Amino acid sequence: MTITVKGITKRFGTFTALNNVSLEVPSGELVALLGPSGSGKTSLLRILSGLEQPDQGTAFFDGTDLGEQSARQRNVGLVFQHYALFRHLDVFENVAFALRVRKRPDAEVRARVTELLQLVQLEGLGRRMPSQLSGGQRQRIALARALAARPRVLLLDEPFGALDAQVRAELRSWLRRLHDEIHLTTVFVTHDQDEAFEVADRVVVMNHGRVEQVGSPAEVFEHPANDFVMRFLGHVNVLDAQLSQGSARVGDVVLDVIHDATSPHRGRVYVRPHEVEIGRAHTVGAIAARVTRVTPLGGGLKIDLTAPALGSNLRADVDWERGSQLALRDGDEVFLSLRRARVFEQAA
Amino acid sequence: MILERAIPRAATTEPLWVRRIVIGFGLVFVGLFVVVPLGTVVIAALSHGISAYGRAISDPQALRALKLTLLVAVIAVPFNVVFGVAAAWAIARFKFRGRALLITLIDLPLAVSPVIAGLVFVLLFGAHGVLGPWLSAHGVKVIFALPGIVLATTFVTFPFVARELIPLMEAQGHEEEEAALVLGASPWQMFTRVTLPKIKWGLLYGVVLCTARAMGEFGAVSVVSGNIRGRTSTLPLHVEILYNEYEYQAAFAVASLLVIIGIASLIARRVIARRRKEAT
Repeated sequence: MTITVKGITKRFGTFTALNNVSLEVPSGELVALLGPSGSGKTSLLRILSGLEQPDQGTAFFDGTDLGEQSARQRNVGLVFQHYALFRHLDVFENVAFALRVRKRPDAEVRARVTELLQLVQLEGLGRRMPSQLSGGQRQRIALARALAARPRVLLLDEPFGALDAQVRAELRSWLRRLHDEIHLTTVFVTHDQDEAFEVADRVVVMNHGRVEQVGSPAEVFEHPANDFVMRFLGHVNVLDAQLSQGSARVGDVVLDVIHDATSPHRGRVYVRPHEVEIGRAHTVGAIAARVTRVTPLGGGLKIDLTAPALGSNLRADVDWERGSQLALRDGDEVFLSLRRARVFEQAA
Repeated sequence: MILERAIPRAATTEPLWVRRIVIGFGLVFVGLFVVVPLGTVVIAALSHGISAYGRAISDPQALRALKLTLLVAVIAVPFNVVFGVAAAWAIARFKFRGRALLITLIDLPLAVSPVIAGLVFVLLFGAHGVLGPWLSAHGVKVIFALPGIVLATTFVTFPFVARELIPLMEAQGHEEEEAALVLGASPWQMFTRVTLPKIKWGLLYGVVLCTARAMGEFGAVSVVSGNIRGRTSTLPLHVEILYNEYEYQAAFAVASLLVIIGIASLIARRVIARRRKEAT
């Protein structure tokens, strides 16, 4: 089932949640809508599910206009951040709900629910009440419930947002495996970049009700379309600069950048922490800096630096090996070179 | 600072003598204003023996008053359930113009004296009222008849269900209802399979409060019913009639029926409140 969104605008009072959004989700793909809160990602999901109506624009499933279809006719599976399990029904009846309202025969209901409980690895919990389950279990039941009536698309609204970090990580990779098994067209809303990158085939970065960029995780990370995407995806050092064609002056330092400004103007230069190289010895063009703090982080070290020549503080990330070679301590004098510095046309 | 006591005491716990005085005051107050009067009802009701008590409550006019009281409750309570659920639904789910006004108006019967409420219906439907002449020309009798009693009782009791449900439905949110719709439920299926079970205990609690009040209402009913003995007198009105005729023992016997209804509703409320706690 291909999802097509054409020119959708949605306003709540004076707030524009979605501003002329167009998007295509190819059949069988898992796409993440990634953006800060208020970026419109949840509104888009609710419009696709039929819980909200767009003010302008239309959405299609395989070319069928959804404007004519109510939420109950669309047959989508929707998973809420806070599960929204029916608190008065046990796990079995929660999963069976979509089949019960369709008046399916009892034997079919039993077979399907059993199959789904196996799929989400919670067989044997059918008679528990939702309040007796852990958060991770509840969300898996919510997923089983959403899949019961064999929906045409699966929509997940921050599904792991209310869970603690470890359970979240487990469920992420489990969801990805599940998707590889059932190949249901899936739209996944999240504000967590790691989650989007780990789970999704493609990422749609949203901000202020607009789509900023669409691409594979590697594409949007390596080639951000604009400064918003650059800043939103992971940490970045932002340096004030005077830009002219092919170069940027930051403090006393002149950097080579790809830029075709005809007249010089003020702007910003973006450098990822892993693109900052640290050396003990001075080399040609290197920038003097002082270490202010060294913090061990997951795969390496985070190093906070102050560089008077750049007129700024910045952060560098180095792996463990490089870190132990450098053996940095707070207050050490070092020399930096910037492997890559980026400039975007429009400033935020 | 010197510690005066070896055993530390929680900051919110009062010294023993303060606790004793506060508890004692509460007990004395409840005793004087609740236990003594209720005890008097029972003693006076039984003052001429069990058989006199039996005669008083099986008197045909007392039985008719009981029947009328039950009939009024059976009509007024379901009406208020429908109204209460609809009003609570509208207020909890939607933002609309006049929402604040509706919330205020729901409380109106609790703020207005029941006698005034009764008078309003007399002014509307009475022989010299706004709609009265037209209605009586079409053979409809409201005042001094069952419809008037039902109207007045409904008016006085309509806040109970709505007030119980509004905070409950606001707290529960409507994600489950949204989930039901997306899962393919019709609006009616959503209501019966999701909303109604969610609010079940709160609704029952409201129904008990509403019923108890409907059966005990005196002021409003007294004004609209005309208090015609054996025809439009409900239990509380019948008590008054007997009392005015110096039949004290019979009056208290009938009053004891109202006490029993009241105590039964208290027990029902306790049971429902406990079930509700277990269910959440």
